[in-house]
Amino acid sequence: MIRAHGVGDVARDILLAGLLLPGATAAAQQEAPGAAVYEKWCAGCHGSEGRGDGPAAAFMLPRPRDFTRAQFQIRTTSTGSLPTDEDILRVIDEGMPGTAMPGWKSLLNEAERRDLMAYLKTFSRFFETDRPQPVAFGRAPRPSGDVIAEGRRVYEQIECWKCHGQAGRGDGQSAPTQEDDTGSPIRPADLTESWFFNGGSTVEDIFRRLRTGLDGTPMPSFTDAIDAGVITEEQLWAVAHYVQSLGGEAPAVREVVRAASIAGDLPTTPDDSAWDAVEPFYLPLVGQIIVRPRWFAPTVDGVWVQALHNGAEIAFRLSWSDPSDSPDPAWAGWREAVARVMEPKEDVTTAAPNPAAAATGADAPDPGAGAVPSSGALSVAESPDAIAIWFPREIPSGMERPYFFMGSARDPVYVWHWQSRGTVQEMEARGPGLLTPLPGNGNGLTGTAAFDQGRWRVVLRRPLAAADSTRALTFLPGQPIPMALFAWDGDNTERGTRGSLSTWYFVSLEEPVSGAVYATPLLATLLTAGLGIAVVGRAQRREKQRRQVGASTATGSLNPPLEA
Amino acid sequence: MQIRRKLTAESSRHSAGFTRWSRRANTAAVFLAGALAACGGGDTGGETAGEPAEGAAATPMVVADAGTIRGMVNFVGDAPANAAIDMSEEQVCAAKHPGGASAEAVVASGGRLANVFIHIKEGLTGDHPAPGGQALIDQVGCVYHPHVIGVQVGQEIAFRNSDGILHNIKAAPTANRTFNISQPTNMTSTRTFTTAEVMVPVQCDVHGWMQMYIGVVAHPYFGVSGADGSFTIANLPPGTYTVEAWHEKYGVQTQQVTVAPNGTADLAFEYSAAMAANAVVPLGEPIDPHDHGPVRTTAVGSPASH
Repeated sequence: MIRAHGVGDVARDILLAGLLLPGATAAAQQEAPGAAVYEKWCAGCHGSEGRGDGPAAAFMLPRPRDFTRAQFQIRTTSTGSLPTDEDILRVIDEGMPGTAMPGWKSLLNEAERRDLMAYLKTFSRFFETDRPQPVAFGRAPRPSGDVIAEGRRVYEQIECWKCHGQAGRGDGQSAPTQEDDTGSPIRPADLTESWFFNGGSTVEDIFRRLRTGLDGTPMPSFTDAIDAGVITEEQLWAVAHYVQSLGGEAPAVREVVRAASIAGDLPTTPDDSAWDAVEPFYLPLVGQIIVRPRWFAPTVDGVWVQALHNGAEIAFRLSWSDPSDSPDPAWAGWREAVARVMEPKEDVTTAAPNPAAAATGADAPDPGAGAVPSSGALSVAESPDAIAIWFPREIPSGMERPYFFMGSARDPVYVWHWQSRGTVQEMEARGPGLLTPLPGNGNGLTGTAAFDQGRWRVVLRRPLAAADSTRALTFLPGQPIPMALFAWDGDNTERGTRGSLSTWYFVSLEEPVSGAVYATPLLATLLTAGLGIAVVGRAQRREKQRRQVGASTATGSLNPPLEA
Repeated sequence: MQIRRKLTAESSRHSAGFTRWSRRANTAAVFLAGALAACGGGDTGGETAGEPAEGAAATPMVVADAGTIRGMVNFVGDAPANAAIDMSEEQVCAAKHPGGASAEAVVASGGRLANVFIHIKEGLTGDHPAPGGQALIDQVGCVYHPHVIGVQVGQEIAFRNSDGILHNIKAAPTANRTFNISQPTNMTSTRTFTTAEVMVPVQCDVHGWMQMYIGVVAHPYFGVSGADGSFTIANLPPGTYTVEAWHEKYGVQTQQVTVAPNGTADLAFEYSAAMAANAVVPLGEPIDPHDHGPVRTTAVGSPASH
């Protein structure tokens, strides 16, 4: 029976709502504007009832927001207070960088986003009874010369480093035990990656996060500390300036890593000051979610790559944030927490067959993190950090490249594999996760690494020419050479196909600089200078003669001007 | 018609979760009246007026023929050892525990159990305004003092940092609003809860071992068992009450007790290590996104309508 929804029906609905509140609320929600948009775009992660329990939630770390708690990280209101409408809209618009939450500004129109915001508020009764308590932030004081130094001092004093680390890379002593309101492990923000700051990376944004805290996470509000007089607002602004100075600009992602050509020896250690002059390239990495076991919660979200060659050898320095030198006993609890939250969700029965596991017998070097574990189960066992660069076995002539994720059986890739416990080795991959050590004596790959305050820096070096040219790449200058990265954080239970990877990028070796290159400009300079002197000299002579002529004319002399 | 069908489906789904949460819902119903009455109190405190009194009792009210519950919490069997706390990374705190520190999950000795929160769950009538005094929770040596405390709805709670190092105070209630306060040095912050909730977990994220619990009730009739297992609930109007005991590992149990005019009623609760397996500890538990079971009610103390 179809009929209009009249006043009587509304009265009945209200009556029923009183009797069966949750059910009625759910029914009412179905009819609210925003409900359809929510169901289509949001429920997959946040759940139909807003509990943060959608089908995809179990694969995510951090977990999707549970709207029934009305607890929001990004607010302009005091800790414990509800967010303003604009606060909620901001997160809908901009998303939460570094998490699975995208921004919706380009996908939904403003009316849809506003309806969505209103609809999110229906999931919690707190919005019926409580009011947001906005914080008066004031204006950012104009930064004076030493405001960053002052910020650094206050950062020390109020012990931000306990979680965020001395260098701000989220590696503080309390970092391994952090949990969010869902009981899931959560990382303190890496303050050197401003482009992942939730809520924005301006000084004002950072100050607001300090002032309000990020409710639902361990990040507390410093408003009480200001009210109690143990820190001033100016000092907190200074901390915001300091944090922003750590964060840097969002790096441009460029397709081609330029390997500059230098004369003489290449730097051999990560600390060599020669690296300071080498242009860094940022390569973003994302969790490997192509083959099972997949990984949705990677640690390494980007790697800085620098490259140099001298006509005989090539050297790469790879730098990335990782809070621990795995395996670190202090992070054992973190491994367990990650395993507890992420473990049982992956059906690994369809994992690719793994001949590599059999191939890595007793006589083969331990491939460690690079090897696929024999079962897909998530391991809390100690495992090292690792990184791999792979290349095609030879420079492709056209656009044809091996499969970007560790090649394939038909078209394998040649791999440099470094790990924090063990050695650097050359490997071959014949498909995702199917890594085997390269047979033979190798091609002279060496590596050195340094771990300091939440950052790995690894130098990998090899002669340009491969001894085993059928399996290993020979580097040639002047041609773009495909390269891709895969990184593992052992203390985040990453090994095998659980880790983060990049797509294909390129490295291009600068053409070597011959003596002629230096001689030509010098010759040109000398030639130009010589010509210039000749021309100017002649002009000066003519000018001089003209003056003499003028003088003699005035005195009645009739010496004709000399023709040049 | 469509709406009605939908509602029926919803309600039957909720019924499935009823058993598990009924205890909380009942508690909610009992506290509701008092909670609403006391809701007028402010949400945040400003400056602490005067020195906060530890475990401040409610403002004394004149109760005719008032009686007392004199109670004891017994512990049967061997208590499990509490985990040792490694404070080596926080020397300021380690120095305050020369003999080493350990967790306070189960504090039992001589057959008595401490840190049990006891409160009148049913049988009270009337409104019970919040007391004027503050309840004090102190952070000393990276340990909360006390480990379990009871407060009244609307009563000010003072959180004091006596360590002079960074602590954060994160309260994770479900019926009340959460908060997370940074205390980078010696200072005091005050907060109140507006709704009855047993219990509100509190923790410090800087020092993961620091945890404590606050029992928020709508009346002054509560207590926490001491090291000798004893507790007292005084100034109680004569009547018959349901008394609930809560322990963080061993869960809740209730008993009926009758307090005669001007009388003293003895009441004993008994816990044992075996209860850990079955205990339901009402708390703002983390939500497991993998649990697609019955939807639970919003929270203890909320106006749920089961």
